[in-house]
Amino acid sequence: MTDAGSTTTELRAVTGERELLGDAAQFPGASERELPGPIRHHGPGPAVSGWLDPRGRAVGGRAFALHRLTGIALVIYLYVHLGILSMLLVGRSAWHSFLDVVTATGFLAFDVLLILVLLFHALNGIRVALVGSGVAVTRERALFWAGTLIGACLIVLAALHVFGAI
Amino acid sequence: MATADLETACHVSGTRRLRVYRYKRGDGGERFDEFDVPIGEHTTLLDALDWIQSHVDPTLVTRHSCLHASCGTCGVRVDGREELACLYKLAEHREQITVEPLANLPVLSDLAVDMRPFYAHFPQSHPIIRTSELVPGAEAPDEVGIFMRLEDCIECGLCVSACPVASTSQDYVGPAALAAAQRLLEEPRGADPDDVLRWADSSECAWHCHVGMECSAVCPVDAIPAERIMALRRRLTFGRPAGKEHSND
Repeated sequence: MTDAGSTTTELRAVTGERELLGDAAQFPGASERELPGPIRHHGPGPAVSGWLDPRGRAVGGRAFALHRLTGIALVIYLYVHLGILSMLLVGRSAWHSFLDVVTATGFLAFDVLLILVLLFHALNGIRVALVGSGVAVTRERALFWAGTLIGACLIVLAALHVFGAI
Repeated sequence: MATADLETACHVSGTRRLRVYRYKRGDGGERFDEFDVPIGEHTTLLDALDWIQSHVDPTLVTRHSCLHASCGTCGVRVDGREELACLYKLAEHREQITVEPLANLPVLSDLAVDMRPFYAHFPQSHPIIRTSELVPGAEAPDEVGIFMRLEDCIECGLCVSACPVASTSQDYVGPAALAAAQRLLEEPRGADPDDVLRWADSSECAWHCHVGMECSAVCPVDAIPAERIMALRRRLTFGRPAGKEHSND
């Protein structure tokens, strides 16, 4: 057995007097040690889209993602709607031609889709407001499914109305 | 456990293919390696990762300590969902799984992440032990005096990884830190509640939560971080007395 002093001397002899001991910067990989590692995130896209990844998410997470998606869709619709209204500036005939297109049975399905998006965003918004303000924190899942049930009933009624059944 | 049960538990009943995230700082680039691992009825993901280290690739880096969900160090993502590797029984899941490090924290190597940003967001002081409310009627032994328990939160980081807001904003302190702040309000232990509330009342703290509720969904110890964030908001909004919002009975 050798003491600490002789061990140090032997190490220095082996390494050709390089100052390995007490100088961590000389160890192999010392410079790489300081490199920042990547930050992983959910989903295949950029980090800011991580909220969109539905894998492994619970009801709350998926409702959160759908709320954002429907919000974006409604904003886009708003601008499209304003653009379409500007056709009124063109004249009566242009407007009536446009109405012929959007009141066709096939196109009315888009109206139902719009109502569905609107219903989800509104009903989930009420849920988020109730949970986020601390009023119904422990009922967030029940609120989601209650909203889903109410929304399902309303969309059926809306579809029947849009297609002229009621 | 009887000897026969032990033999059943240890018996290899099949294999699972693990697609494991790999990253080494010096190598540059990230990749996934696949490993076929023999499993038994009770083999956990952590057992499998240890097996890979012992039998296939000793350079695979993982974090773990206690093996029974007390230390919170073995958090990973399995097929996108946050799990403690020591609790994840492979026999109960798909034949091929993808294992990744936690999200929203810097990777040190392979499955190990740097937890320093996680802890940096915590309030200056938060309690780690308290009187146990789980055994109120039990008589503690003389040498114990009173039953104490650790805080529910094991600081595993699963909530921060699962939080959809944390992935879009590095400024957000995250669910664990906010839940710790609410615990300080419930049981200040010398902390000034006004200081805690001032800390929490900002756009990076309590008001940055968007009610995704994923933190509570993935929490392995039912520390209910989302519920505590909402209690914190209620306190900030209505100024109700701390300690009344939650009961762990």
